[in-house]
Amino acid sequence: MSYTDEHRPMMTVDGTPLKKSLAIALRRQKIRALLLISPLLIFVLFTLALIFASMLFRSVENDIVSEILPETVVALSSWDAQSGELPDETVYSAFAGDIQRAAKAKDHTRVGLRLNYEKSGMASLFKKTARKAKKWDLEADAPFKNKLIETHKGWADIAVWQTLKTHSSLYTSGYFLNSIDMRKTVSGPEYQPEDRQILVTLFKRTLIISLVITMSCILLAYPVAWLLANLPMRQANLLMILVLLPFWTSLLVRTSAWKVMLQQQGVINDLLVALGMIEETGRLALINNQLGTVIAMTHILLPFMILPMYSVMQSISPTYLRAAKSLGATNWTAFWRIYFPQSVPGIGAGSILVFILSIGYYITPEIVGGNKGVFISNRIAYHIFQSMNWGLAAALGTILLVAVLILYWAYDKIVGIDNVKLGG
Amino acid sequence: MVKYGEYDLAEAQAKAFVEFQRVQKSYDGEVLVVKDLSLAIPRGEFLTLLGPSGSGKTTCLMMLAGFETATHGDIILDGVSINNIAPHKRGIGMVFQNYALFPHMTVAENLAFPLEVRKFSKSERDTKVKRALEMVQMGQFGGRRPAQLSGGQQQRVALARALLTNPKLVLMDEPLGALDKQLREHMQFEIKRIANNLGITVVYVTHDQTEALTMSDRVAVFDDGRIQQLAPPDELYESPKNSFVAQFIGENNTLEGIVKEITNGVALVQLDGGGLIDCNPVNVSKAGERTRVSIRPERVEFNKERFQPGAHTLTAEVLEFIYMGDIFRTRLRVAGNDNFIVKTRNAPDQVRLVPGAKIDIGWLPSDCRALDA
Ligand SMILES: Nc1ncnc2c1ncn2[C@@H]1O[C@H](COP(=O)(O)OP(=O)(O)O)[C@@H](O)[C@H]1O
Ligand SMILES: [Mg+2]
Repeated sequence: MSYTDEHRPMMTVDGTPLKKSLAIALRRQKIRALLLISPLLIFVLFTLALIFASMLFRSVENDIVSEILPETVVALSSWDAQSGELPDETVYSAFAGDIQRAAKAKDHTRVGLRLNYEKSGMASLFKKTARKAKKWDLEADAPFKNKLIETHKGWADIAVWQTLKTHSSLYTSGYFLNSIDMRKTVSGPEYQPEDRQILVTLFKRTLIISLVITMSCILLAYPVAWLLANLPMRQANLLMILVLLPFWTSLLVRTSAWKVMLQQQGVINDLLVALGMIEETGRLALINNQLGTVIAMTHILLPFMILPMYSVMQSISPTYLRAAKSLGATNWTAFWRIYFPQSVPGIGAGSILVFILSIGYYITPEIVGGNKGVFISNRIAYHIFQSMNWGLAAALGTILLVAVLILYWAYDKIVGIDNVKLGG
Repeated sequence: MVKYGEYDLAEAQAKAFVEFQRVQKSYDGEVLVVKDLSLAIPRGEFLTLLGPSGSGKTTCLMMLAGFETATHGDIILDGVSINNIAPHKRGIGMVFQNYALFPHMTVAENLAFPLEVRKFSKSERDTKVKRALEMVQMGQFGGRRPAQLSGGQQQRVALARALLTNPKLVLMDEPLGALDKQLREHMQFEIKRIANNLGITVVYVTHDQTEALTMSDRVAVFDDGRIQQLAPPDELYESPKNSFVAQFIGENNTLEGIVKEITNGVALVQLDGGGLIDCNPVNVSKAGERTRVSIRPERVEFNKERFQPGAHTLTAEVLEFIYMGDIFRTRLRVAGNDNFIVKTRNAPDQVRLVPGAKIDIGWLPSDCRALDA
């Protein structure tokens, strides 16, 4: 080995710096690699990226109020929400015009629903008002302040107008605040009332249960992967089929099977009672709680841990263990100092896979999780399909995505991402 | 170094350091991979197990190291049967074919590993590692990962690691198999030098006969799970005991025929391709036996003046003459064999045979060995 003078860069024969020629040569390789993956890249860009973009957009988009009640929004801008007084007639008459147009276009329910996320009762307030507003004559029936308050006493509530004003901007941080159990008010963000605080708990629960699932997958998968990698071919193939067996049945069937197994009148409880290990009255609650989620999801995600571990272990030559022993290491030392470190990339790959799959899981917690064992995904699904609060669903989804990215980044910092291997 | 004329088991056993006693090994319960192996290795010897691939060399080494158990028989190390001693307690150094350097550790950490498991202090480890690296001229590579070293460098590190705890016995399984020719020759010399300096006993496995001949005090030629011959290199080359060894070691000319008579320790053989020759009866005992006659290419003589008076000669046709620098290699047709090779030294007065020429060839009867058919 010869080292050149530190201050003088190495040159190729034609005088270009070596670093530069190398970079050019490598760039060509990179371009070729890029071309190879371009079909997938384009597909991903146009689908996944669009979905992410629209999700991000939805999580801050808030044009309903300003679109349906444009004049009210303008009029409200000169009202001091914290003055403690109701807005003046300008606002009320602007609102009367807006609500009448909305009622005719049947848009009033949309804005009512939107505002109902922020303050309950808004939906019915808008519905009732709109029904009456259709018959108003905007010229003759003025002034509207008292008329509106007569129509519904909600219009005499400052909080209603505050909500309207707070959520009239085109973009909002409201959904993200909601996601962490806070809400937007005229005096800035504040915590939701106790009974509406649920999402942070769900986030924490999702992370913790996912960690527990990942850990139990590691513990269960490691010996199996080791066996797979070290058994003679025929037995290993048989074991591999057993590992892959779950993939041959539908996820729904497997999860339902766990329901049959774990419920209070289920197979496991029956067995334990029959064996006299528990009393008839003391049947264990194995399902519709966090334990149920952990058991079923560990089972379902186990192959995703075993396979990367197996492929890494398969590439670890048995001579390393022999070499270690010939150097005086006991079985345990040889395993712990030589074999285990080489298998860590497999554990890493499996863990990332299982953990990320797990924090986004939906079906299994829904079926076996009960109230205490559901995940944030179940809440997202609830907001998409039932409460129709897509903005909040998008904000929750975005937070989940960011959480995954942060974890991935942390893993890279701590373990090193090149320590993730899916094969030899 | 230790040297035996004719191998004497009883004498060897008396000073044996390692001993295989009637060892048999089967992996599947059907085929014996090692068949009835008895072998005694004195202290300080460099013994090579040489044989074709699949002949059971690695298996023998693994049994000695403790990674495989003998199906039958005893293995004795320094007077103690080691059948039931765990590999890590045997104190045997080992160099593997692909070096088996731990990929997740640096070179220095690799070397420190055996010291660490023996609970040496940090400072002791550092000095020993440094000295070991210097012994194999790898001083400045301590901080590198094995993957950043060339094959030859990895080989040196593996050697240093195996020797670090001063084992009395070192096993090497085709340690140079992955190196190119020049490096291999250099490392052969290096290993031999280090082994001599340290006075260790080495059991070395290879399928390369040149390697075996140049490095070893004695060579055990393996085939079919048996030792075909155990002898020092010169004896192995000059006096192969059977046609497998003759064929496997060095270049060899073979002629087949039937023994006509054996008188005064000389066998007269009638060749299948025609012609009579005088041979040294090694593996034949009576007239009528089939035999395979073996003659080394450099022992064939065609200068009539040097023929032994009264000895039988054969006629040959020159087929090809190859100039190889230091030697001439001539291919002849002899008694129906088109691949009869003669090697002659490139000397000023040496005759260069011309293809097409008809010549007479002969040799000393003692160089022409009548072996098993
Ligand atoms: N672990 C094993 N299981 C079954 N058969 C084996 C095993 N190791 C070696 N063999 C068989 O034993 C025979 C001898 O192998 P080996 O000792 O590796 O030969 P060599 O080192 O001389 O090439 C071969 O036929 C090989 O297939
Ligand atoms: Mg071998």
